[in-house]
Amino acid sequence: MSAPHIPILRQGRVYKSLDVQTVPKLGTDEPAAEISFACADMIKYDLYKMGSARAALKKFSCQELVDITKRAGEIFLNDDLPVGTEGALQSPEDYVLSLASTSGLPHALIRMNMKRLGGIFADIDVIFRGLTRGLDWAVLDKGYGEQGGAPVSFSATTSELAVILPSNSPAVNALWIPSIAMKVPVLLKPGREEPWTPWRIIQAFIKAGCPPEAFSLYPTQHDGSGAIIRRAGRVMLFGDDSTVKQYENDERIEVHGTGYSKFLIGEDEIENWEKYIDTIVESVSANSGRSCICTSTIVVPKYGDEIARAVAQRLAEIKPLAQDDPNAKLSGFANPMFAEWINEAVEKGLKAGGATDVTAEFREGERFHQRDGMNYLQPTLIRVESFDQELAIREFLFPFASVVECQQAEMLGKIGFSLVVTAVTRDIDWINQLFDCPHIDRLNIGNVPTNRIKWDQPHEGNLFEFLYTRRSFQIAEIA
Amino acid sequence: MTADEAKAQLDERVREMMAWHFSDETGCPFWLDWKKSVGWDPREEVKTYDDIVKFPHFQDEWLRDEKNERFVPNAYKGRPFNVFETGGTTGLPKQRVGWEDYKHDYEQFSHQLSDEFFPKGGNWIMVGPTGPRRLRLAVEHLANFRGGSCYHVDLDPRWVKKLILRKEMDQVERYQAHVMEQSVEIIKHRDISCIFTTPKLLASIGERISISGHGIKGCFCGGTSMTPEYVRFLQEEVLEGKAQFVPTYGNTLMGLAVSIPEELKDNNYSVTYYAPQPRAVLRIVDPEKTEITKEYGEYGRVELTTLSHEFFMPRFLERDEAIRRKPHAKYAWDGVGDVRPFGALTGKVIEGVY
Repeated sequence: MSAPHIPILRQGRVYKSLDVQTVPKLGTDEPAAEISFACADMIKYDLYKMGSARAALKKFSCQELVDITKRAGEIFLNDDLPVGTEGALQSPEDYVLSLASTSGLPHALIRMNMKRLGGIFADIDVIFRGLTRGLDWAVLDKGYGEQGGAPVSFSATTSELAVILPSNSPAVNALWIPSIAMKVPVLLKPGREEPWTPWRIIQAFIKAGCPPEAFSLYPTQHDGSGAIIRRAGRVMLFGDDSTVKQYENDERIEVHGTGYSKFLIGEDEIENWEKYIDTIVESVSANSGRSCICTSTIVVPKYGDEIARAVAQRLAEIKPLAQDDPNAKLSGFANPMFAEWINEAVEKGLKAGGATDVTAEFREGERFHQRDGMNYLQPTLIRVESFDQELAIREFLFPFASVVECQQAEMLGKIGFSLVVTAVTRDIDWINQLFDCPHIDRLNIGNVPTNRIKWDQPHEGNLFEFLYTRRSFQIAEIA
Repeated sequence: MTADEAKAQLDERVREMMAWHFSDETGCPFWLDWKKSVGWDPREEVKTYDDIVKFPHFQDEWLRDEKNERFVPNAYKGRPFNVFETGGTTGLPKQRVGWEDYKHDYEQFSHQLSDEFFPKGGNWIMVGPTGPRRLRLAVEHLANFRGGSCYHVDLDPRWVKKLILRKEMDQVERYQAHVMEQSVEIIKHRDISCIFTTPKLLASIGERISISGHGIKGCFCGGTSMTPEYVRFLQEEVLEGKAQFVPTYGNTLMGLAVSIPEELKDNNYSVTYYAPQPRAVLRIVDPEKTEITKEYGEYGRVELTTLSHEFFMPRFLERDEAIRRKPHAKYAWDGVGDVRPFGALTGKVIEGVY
């Protein structure tokens, strides 16, 4: 298939820009896609008109949109869908190849993410109910009704959900998919190397019967992203701690930042630590360690050295393989410089003392590895002496974790913000303390990998509460 | 005019300007002292425009470091001058003295404007940097020259640049909104046919009102570079394809290089500017070896030479790069196309702030 032209979508209307950039296949000069870029002012203009996009969605009932979403999931996974502006079709396999060619993700990982996205579509009714705490969808159709015997009314906080998408993780599209069933149009800014997934999801929705007006797609530069962030009614974006800090007081903006997710073993279960190695390895390495829900710190009361060696040995088995190798679990870096920067940061932490790269003993070659024209970082497990070591609580875009020993009674005071915590324990008192801990966002009790999450519960915020606000209302008889 | 005739006219202008600026009776102290210091006489050695490379590049710092009086030609001695500023985000700005040049430049520009879109007798509004800039007087003169009056809304680009450097984008938007409120009020309540503003301010006005719907037929725009896509957006969406969009390229040191608005769409909105030759000349040079002119179709740095009786400025390197374009039937000399900040693809440039 020749390189398709990914246009701008302005409420579903195809717009070919004169500002076109070519995205090459990684490690080559061969074009993978031509992308139309939108100027910031065009986006500002279009934002004024998003009310009509919402009006198009409001013509459907929530039930109809839930049904459309379910159909769209099947279509996303199985159908040939339009790609670009010249009438070409993209099969699911073409999608895998296209995304692999620009993102560096192994095919197996892309297929896993496809399946995960498929699950979001398929479970939309469960997710909708979960996020609305069992709300009868008719309340959103009618504007008011009852929930649990109490009168409720909800109004949308925005005419659009804008999402600034990253280039490195197709699964994050899961976050906006439910917005359609909630009757809120989406305005997406794709990552430069990853227009493929949002485009395919949009096409699947349209084929399933969703009004095209519900979808706006704006590949754009920094100024365009800035315009979206400053002007859109609700914005989701992804960034580091400084980005989170920048927008912490802006209710319009939900930043998905670093997760600092952790795996804790209680004193009552530590003698059984060998039973939990599989779960820890999955938690660290799933999705090539790129998710905020991947474990980056393992906290244990004792046996830190033994656990570090056991996990390191298993992680070292995950090697850079050919992208089409069905066993490939490690992703290359689309931006080759990232691998170098991250590697330098790890080395700097090791030089600071109090930290040992336990994986060095088991892996083949250096952490930084080049293969097939791409840069890789091999999985790394660091044994640190204490939480004070700079690598103890760090998160990187590859399978990376530290192991730190800490008495159970001190753990909750030391772990800091944690998007996901898995705590392996049966100690009721400690479990109660874990539930009370304010800086844990998602909590798993028992042998649950941190990366396995249920979407019917809030993830870094509740999408429904982000898009809707409850209003008081009274309706009286008119005499 | 043919290309040969244009060249002959330019060469004649060069000889005239050498005679003017390097004669004790008419030249200014700055250039007369310069002649003494270099030990050669441009009147003898610079006979055509091709000889202009014998001059070094004019340094705009001279316009800040030298007293303005040193740029007053002896022929103008005793006549009070206008002071026009450029730059100046921090420290003393660069200043250029002048008398009638801005009137000549904008009268010449007026002849290029369409009477259909810039009706004679119609009023104008200027939304943009006024203060010490040449533009403020020039646009008003243009309006008056065409029989209309001019309303003004000021914007201080130096403050905007400071806000951007501090990453206070919310403040930038607030300030822009403040300027917009004033502009929209005037456009709504006064009879205005023509507007001068910058691209971003034009887009910002268009966010608030229908510009063509309020009677504006022509928009003369300048101030920052524009990509073809942005020009298309301004013409087709901001002006709704109804008012004419006339991009220009210029500054206090040059005057106005004009484009050919009626051909924009056919050229996929790629804008080519033609200098007001022979009063000013634009040359696209190799940035590494600036005496070499780039080939047609190639990007290079923009070099400006100003050849007026009031001001001589040889080989000033602009902070822009552009494509060298061939002469046009309407303008028989080289054009500069798709202007963008010099080094736009390699470094960070604060540009297009207003």
